Amino acid sequence: MGEFLEAAFISGLLGAMMRMATPIIFATMGEILAERSGVLNLGIEGIMLMGAMTGFLVTFGTGSLWLGVLMAAIVGMILGLLMAFLSVNLGLSQHVSGLGITLFSTGLAMFIYRLYFGSPTVPPIVQPFKQVTLPFLSKIPVIGPGLFTQYTLTYLAWLLIPVMSILIYKTKMGLKIRTVGENPVVADTVGVNVILTRTLCLVVGGALMGVGGAFLTLAHQNMFLIDVIGGRGWVSIAMVIFGNWDPLKGAIGALIFGFLDGLQLRLQGLGFHISFHIFLMIPYLLTIVALIGVSRKASVPASLLKPYRREEKGG
Amino acid sequence: MSSITKRFLDVTANSDIDFNLYPGEICALLGENGAGKTTLMNILFGYYTCDEGEIFIKGEKAELSAPRDAISRGVGMVRQHFALVPSQTVLENIIIGTDSGKGLFLDLKSAQTKLLRLQKKFGLQVDPDARVWTLSVGEQQKVEILKALYRDVDILIMDEPTAVLAPAETVELFNTLKSMVKEGRSVVFISHKLNEVMEIADRVVVLRGGRVVAGRKTSETSIKELANLMVGRDLLERLEKKKVRPGKPVLEIENLSALNDKKLLTLKGLNLVVRKNEILGMAGISGNGQKELSEALFGMRDTIGGAIKINGEALRSGSPASAIESKMGRIPEDRIDTGLMMDLSVEENLILENHATPEFQRFGMMNFKKIHQFSEDLIGAYSIMTSGRDAVTSSLSGGNLQKVMLARELAGRPTVVVASQPTRGLDVGAMEYIHQRILQEKERGAGVLLISEDLDEIFALSDRITVLYEGVIMGDVPVAEASREQIGLWMSGVTK
Amino acid sequence: MIRMRITKREPLPKWARVVIPIAAIITTLILSAIPILLAGGHLWKSYYYLFYGALGTRFNLLETFVKASPLLLTGLAVAFAFRAKFWNIGAEGQLLAGALAATVLGVSLGGIPGILVLPVVMLGGFLAGGIWAAIPAILKTKLKVDDVVSTLLLNYVMIHIMGALLFGPLQQPGSSWPRSSAIIEAAQYPILLTRSRFHLGILIALLAVLVIWFINKRTVFGYRSKAVGVNIRAAHFGGINTTAVILWTAMVSGGLAGLAGVGELCALQYRLIMDISPGYGYSGIVIAMLGNLHPVGVLFSSLFFSVIIVGAHTMSRMTGVPTYIAEVIQGMALMIMLIFLLFTEYRIKVVRK
Repeated sequence: MGEFLEAAFISGLLGAMMRMATPIIFATMGEILAERSGVLNLGIEGIMLMGAMTGFLVTFGTGSLWLGVLMAAIVGMILGLLMAFLSVNLGLSQHVSGLGITLFSTGLAMFIYRLYFGSPTVPPIVQPFKQVTLPFLSKIPVIGPGLFTQYTLTYLAWLLIPVMSILIYKTKMGLKIRTVGENPVVADTVGVNVILTRTLCLVVGGALMGVGGAFLTLAHQNMFLIDVIGGRGWVSIAMVIFGNWDPLKGAIGALIFGFLDGLQLRLQGLGFHISFHIFLMIPYLLTIVALIGVSRKASVPASLLKPYRREEKGG
Repeated sequence: MSSITKRFLDVTANSDIDFNLYPGEICALLGENGAGKTTLMNILFGYYTCDEGEIFIKGEKAELSAPRDAISRGVGMVRQHFALVPSQTVLENIIIGTDSGKGLFLDLKSAQTKLLRLQKKFGLQVDPDARVWTLSVGEQQKVEILKALYRDVDILIMDEPTAVLAPAETVELFNTLKSMVKEGRSVVFISHKLNEVMEIADRVVVLRGGRVVAGRKTSETSIKELANLMVGRDLLERLEKKKVRPGKPVLEIENLSALNDKKLLTLKGLNLVVRKNEILGMAGISGNGQKELSEALFGMRDTIGGAIKINGEALRSGSPASAIESKMGRIPEDRIDTGLMMDLSVEENLILENHATPEFQRFGMMNFKKIHQFSEDLIGAYSIMTSGRDAVTSSLSGGNLQKVMLARELAGRPTVVVASQPTRGLDVGAMEYIHQRILQEKERGAGVLLISEDLDEIFALSDRITVLYEGVIMGDVPVAEASREQIGLWMSGVTK
Repeated sequence: MIRMRITKREPLPKWARVVIPIAAIITTLILSAIPILLAGGHLWKSYYYLFYGALGTRFNLLETFVKASPLLLTGLAVAFAFRAKFWNIGAEGQLLAGALAATVLGVSLGGIPGILVLPVVMLGGFLAGGIWAAIPAILKTKLKVDDVVSTLLLNYVMIHIMGALLFGPLQQPGSSWPRSSAIIEAAQYPILLTRSRFHLGILIALLAVLVIWFINKRTVFGYRSKAVGVNIRAAHFGGINTTAVILWTAMVSGGLAGLAGVGELCALQYRLIMDISPGYGYSGIVIAMLGNLHPVGVLFSSLFFSVIIVGAHTMSRMTGVPTYIAEVIQGMALMIMLIFLLFTEYRIKVVRK
């Protein structure tokens, strides 16, 4: 039991928590933006995968990590735009548009990867990001070294949380987004461009999702595998509900998931003989349990899932 | 607006309409339901685009493809169903989309100051920090008007504004409109209520069947003339009423209590009796518990106390099946969302409640021969205008949708009929049909509870009249002894 | 500024319902030229091998049916659920649940008469899939948990349950790989045509098409399922027990997916492995949408998919285009189909200002 309380263990665990949570934070923030404007973006898993592949590919080809991240964001934006076209402009079912994009992106990502790399016996790798230690904060006893030695992208994820909160609650754009999400008719009659607002949210959200995916191949690991996203996109969808569509609460959910993920790895390392797979299951089960607790009083954006069409005359 | 034409799928809502508005006047747009008034104003507001015709605002040609174009030209609209976000505050609802504040950020302080100034000037007091869902309907309408004033509109369109107001609130509204107009602004007042039009408007334009039939100054016309113009014939409904003696109670509501969606107590120990061969008309402005009462009766809302009994047998709370089993015919006020499945065929809607009876199915398999016969019979009996029993229900007009509803609910010769706002939004022809049907049901032997905001309808059909105010019954009087004044007082909560 | 105006149009004649999906498929195939060319493949050669690989020889054609069988079942599963607006994204997990149950039964039923083994195994697989789908259905109806998320997350839970069992109690004695022992011979799906892998499961899948069609069109359950999907509030108003309908719909849906798992196990692999499903459950979603949620549509779209998947392997071997083009084509087919379906209901006008 003693080993749990050792500073190194706790520190390591906290560090892992932040690392594992990072892609989920990016993705969750992106999804919150989309859903607040009234669009459920189920393309998230596919967009993250395309982001992961694009980032890896560009970095491999150019040697520049940040260029890889940038391209991943751009690819995410393009896919977000596609989602907007299908579900907002055309008003197709959001469920199906999103799933279509995930399926298409998954195939596309693997296709392009194969095209470029073929099927090598040893998977190609890149030189990943290095972790950065923050000067003062990392000296805090016990939690310092773990929490404040992270990749730059992780620090950016931390910054993203308050930025999102301010955007949604304190800016004019945020009020527009929230109104579009609650009642697009109201927004339209006040002169807000519903389609443009939703499109912007999907595009920016897509960029964030792409970056979240790229984190996994450029920082966390240094190679690209077909299951590199491993369902984290779907977990982000759950985290949005868990956090009641609030950036801070959603991030807390992401941290909890990251904590469990990190804990599970460490417990393996300490020789606990419970099956590896049972551990992997726990984060997902707990997410479901969390959803049960939260779904009762969820404040779903009221127009979520409904396409907005003006010219329909009711009976 | 000149030569405005607007078509939807198979209906021409506006046909070659010319409409002019002058500064500093209140112009009423009069017509019955379906005449095209709201459509025309939606075009002016940019919500719809016209297929033909042109619009000139303050002398300039206006291309309006979205509400924001109309707003930028000084046009504002307050609709029947308020365009407010219930979960947001009054202030947030008013400033959304405006450019208040510096740069990116919301500046709530200065917006609030401006708002309070406007409130004082026009006498529209509402708490800026209150969340809209907590406000009464009258207060919500004030917020809507403030929204328009905040944007400094020159033209304000109001669509049936008094439908949801108590008489006292209507007076307040008219005062507000008069003070707006004194400043040189103009108001378009859409209505089908003749006495109000005569009271508040300077001019009136009458629409019928999508066309302009007349324009008059209110000082130069009369209610009778306007009524004639509006309908094209005598307004008096020809209802054949047979005299029937009411029998024993068939519907008894005892001490019924229920919560509304916000978990507030809305029905407070209600007691009510409807007898066989009788129509009990329940008047009252919406928002006083009618929705909750009808939902409780239909089995769509759990009750927390009391009982509903049909022929002495209590219904199970919150169970539509129980209401159906007890032979209640139910006409919900929201026929589209609650009662009908618009994407299914007419037949599929007609058999919703009896598809599983032994007559129409065996071992889980449906007997289509009998079902087809059933639906064909009903379509004929109720003169439902449709291309056939397989027609998709969304292709039907409002009146025919209600006929489908009636056909389904009355097919089983129910013991009790509960009809909530049955003629809302329907044209006069459909209204007449439905009124006649309701009378027929009463004569057949049903006990009918008619819940309606339309006092004319209540007085025309009921044997007894009662009023629902804030979840409680205010009085109960036979129609022969009832006066509009008395009912109006009860509707405003004044007990004798 | 380009703006699009979308207005409802008059309903199209009945033949459009068949022509439009076909037009969508043709458009997809034409657009597939882009990734093929990007991959450096020779265009006509690629198309040729795509179709030859799927339909060119007797063996290839029968293989196409073999591959179509699980797709057809998951497609039906998803279509049936979606029709009631139960967004079953968990067909993959339900498939695995079925395969798992079939493994347990298939390995241990040596003691009972041979002729009973297959029916018991199939029933077990059906029930396992049904139960795995019932869980999110209960969560949705009683606890208001979103079905998209819960069915998705349960996929991952089931994968790990399978992993835990395959590294544990179900693991083949003596092996260090996550694989189970082989199922007994009586549990194997008989091969119906010589020199091929055309097995009983294919007939079962085809039978399922008829059964689901029948349920949808002729039964009270089918009517209620459709009503709940169109307007759950009105269905409730009409006295339908919507909770029960959703639950039963979910169980049938999960059961069908479970049968797909049983098929893969008992007809092809004969033992449980981690990779028993290359995403059939997810493909089922696309297939269901392509088939417009109608059983016959699902039949044709599963065949289409199967042609693409089987053909892509041959194409890949002969022209070097990566096999993942199959997924790319699938994704494109879905989006194109959605857009075309939109045209059946709405007219789009592009307005230049």
